[in-house]
Amino acid sequence: MAVLGSSHITALPVAIPLVGAAFIVTVGWLLPRLIDDVLASAAAGGGAALCAILLVRSAEHPSVYWMGGWRPRHGVAVGISLAIDPVGAGLATLAGVLVLAALVYSWRYFDDVHGMFHALLLVFLAAMTGFALTGDLFNLAVFFELMSAVAYGLTAYKIEERGPIQGAINFAIVNSVAGYGIFVAIAMIYARTGALNMAQIGAALDGHRPDALVVVAMVLLFLGFLTKAAAVPLHFWLADAHAVAPTPVCVLFSGVMVELGVYAVARLYWTMFAGPLSAHTGQLRAILVGIGAVTALLGAVMCFAQRHIKRLLAFSTVSHVGVFICGVGLLDAGAAGGVAAYVVGHGLTKAALFMSAGVLLHRFADIDEYDLRGKGREVPLAGALFAVGALLLGVLPMTSTFFGKSLFDAGALHEHYSWLPTLSAVVCAVTAGAVLRVAGRVFLGWGAAAPRAPSAASIETTSAAAREEEPEMLVAHDRTPAVMLVVPAVLLAAALAIGLIPGAIPGIERAAGHFTDHRAYLGWALHGLPARFAPVATGHLAPHDFLYAAGATAGALGLAALALFGEGLRARLPEAAVAASGRALGLLRGLHSGHVGDYVAWWTTGLAVIGGISLAELT
Amino acid sequence: MSFLPYAIAAWLFVIGLFGIVRSRNLVITIASLSVVQSSTYLVLLGVGYRTGAQAPILADIPQVARTVDPVVHALALVDVVVEATLFALLLALAVQGHKRYGSVDPDEMRIMRG
Repeated sequence: MAVLGSSHITALPVAIPLVGAAFIVTVGWLLPRLIDDVLASAAAGGGAALCAILLVRSAEHPSVYWMGGWRPRHGVAVGISLAIDPVGAGLATLAGVLVLAALVYSWRYFDDVHGMFHALLLVFLAAMTGFALTGDLFNLAVFFELMSAVAYGLTAYKIEERGPIQGAINFAIVNSVAGYGIFVAIAMIYARTGALNMAQIGAALDGHRPDALVVVAMVLLFLGFLTKAAAVPLHFWLADAHAVAPTPVCVLFSGVMVELGVYAVARLYWTMFAGPLSAHTGQLRAILVGIGAVTALLGAVMCFAQRHIKRLLAFSTVSHVGVFICGVGLLDAGAAGGVAAYVVGHGLTKAALFMSAGVLLHRFADIDEYDLRGKGREVPLAGALFAVGALLLGVLPMTSTFFGKSLFDAGALHEHYSWLPTLSAVVCAVTAGAVLRVAGRVFLGWGAAAPRAPSAASIETTSAAAREEEPEMLVAHDRTPAVMLVVPAVLLAAALAIGLIPGAIPGIERAAGHFTDHRAYLGWALHGLPARFAPVATGHLAPHDFLYAAGATAGALGLAALALFGEGLRARLPEAAVAASGRALGLLRGLHSGHVGDYVAWWTTGLAVIGGISLAELT
Repeated sequence: MSFLPYAIAAWLFVIGLFGIVRSRNLVITIASLSVVQSSTYLVLLGVGYRTGAQAPILADIPQVARTVDPVVHALALVDVVVEATLFALLLALAVQGHKRYGSVDPDEMRIMRG
């Protein structure tokens, strides 16, 4: 039992959803929809439960599973491994929970859905799970490509409409280019080290100074995975894909897929590059925090400027991912723990918010904030979900996002980035304020019925474009199925409560401390040694954490109130200032042109600039 | 091993990106993407190449023979599978886009922006 229990269970979370998907594709179309629903939910739930078991087991003793029994000899790995530690297993659990939630939610969300949708979601889950658990660099890239290909298909699921085609093409081309960068980087790393196992690569690179080859490979890998994580200027695809993908799919994109990109950067840094770059951590930290900070600010501004509710939530994800990139980029164990807690809280919250937006789409076949003004009174529960979700984004004290932010802040102060806590508080205030504004306008009928005369022409084009776009639901419904409100309510309750479970937050801190232990990883993941970690100090809340949280919540309420009732105040502002800010916003929105060529041009520019800076600073 | 395969790979990567940026036709955009992908084959195979070595079909040759690195061949094969999946999907989207927008110009296929 012990042998079976400790080894083969490890591969099952990837295998079960794949087998389930294959079964549903082959015979699912013969079966009634109910059976497909139950089978798919069972497969996702089973995967999630197994990942949770792995999470608990790996908390003290991380384990390695060599597929086919191809174990390494003398530090040389030929086989492919799954290296299970709590951070990877925790992310896989989050993916499983969210896929299960999305499947249950879509029982009643889609009027007609055939087995293909269930199968795609299950393959998506298998890819995300494998991505989070693997210990092999090329395997990571393969799961990345599988995850991507399924995601493109899911984005274009409503293929008979126009929006999904544009969104899926932009998504697919930008992310594929990023994937090819990853392949090239893997070839370079393999040429240098002769290894594909992350721990073996880390061992081979240890003790060498970073030369141009290592730095270029690292930049290609990091930017490749940060394309999935929507770091500026690689982020343009995200809003297009989120706006058009079916709501249960957005739940997974924003809740966990995007965050997996940040996870990959963290995993690669601490397994492979922490050794050679140990003398350059200051410079690398500055580069990554810079990328993250720009992403956080641009996402926040674009979020507040949206009226398409799903697009608004998408830019809120960009903004929060910016904070996650800063957190990983600090290269600090404490900040990494903060990101881990924050990702869980944000993932559950954002999933619930997208599901609440889906309630509006389902009922009114419309997702425009102004069109829906006051209509939300018919579904007050969805309004309550929106408001609670907004408060969670605004780091309500003692919730999961609050603990995440407080750990992140402590890490930032530890690394002498004293402005980062303020930046993340601003991000929380602006994104939460935007969601509160939507809640006030849609569910209470507050604020103007039409946008004020736009000072920038591009805003008008946008609203016209938003109207022209066909909504993903063509038919409105008279009533909202209970399950569509219960699922997001459960997710929000989890986001509220998970930080209060005794031992959860210290456990996350310890897991992150172990995750960032480069030496220990080489020992347990390659040589099969019992894991020996340096002791991890678990933190305590500081008074300023509550100050930041209060500031973020007050800022969110203030911004929402200003947007809804601030017309008089705005009229008193100097004309020139209003016009200038309108022009700046118009320019920013104009950059999000919807044209795949522009997006790839930005991607190339980002690669050239960040690669150039990295080569100059890190070699 | 000369630097030539890597130089060609870099050229393909860049010219493919240029093609995507400048394309006015989605089919050409997708073809340009496949040009970018071709560069990954060259890098992978170039990394494993050994002058004067045999193909790594180890069953038919003496154990002492020099062979090129079989690992990169396996990686390139995976790369090919990825390409086949992706381009089938992208071309299907292009066909569908032509039906819905009446055009394959990315400029005409922009109902979302900002």
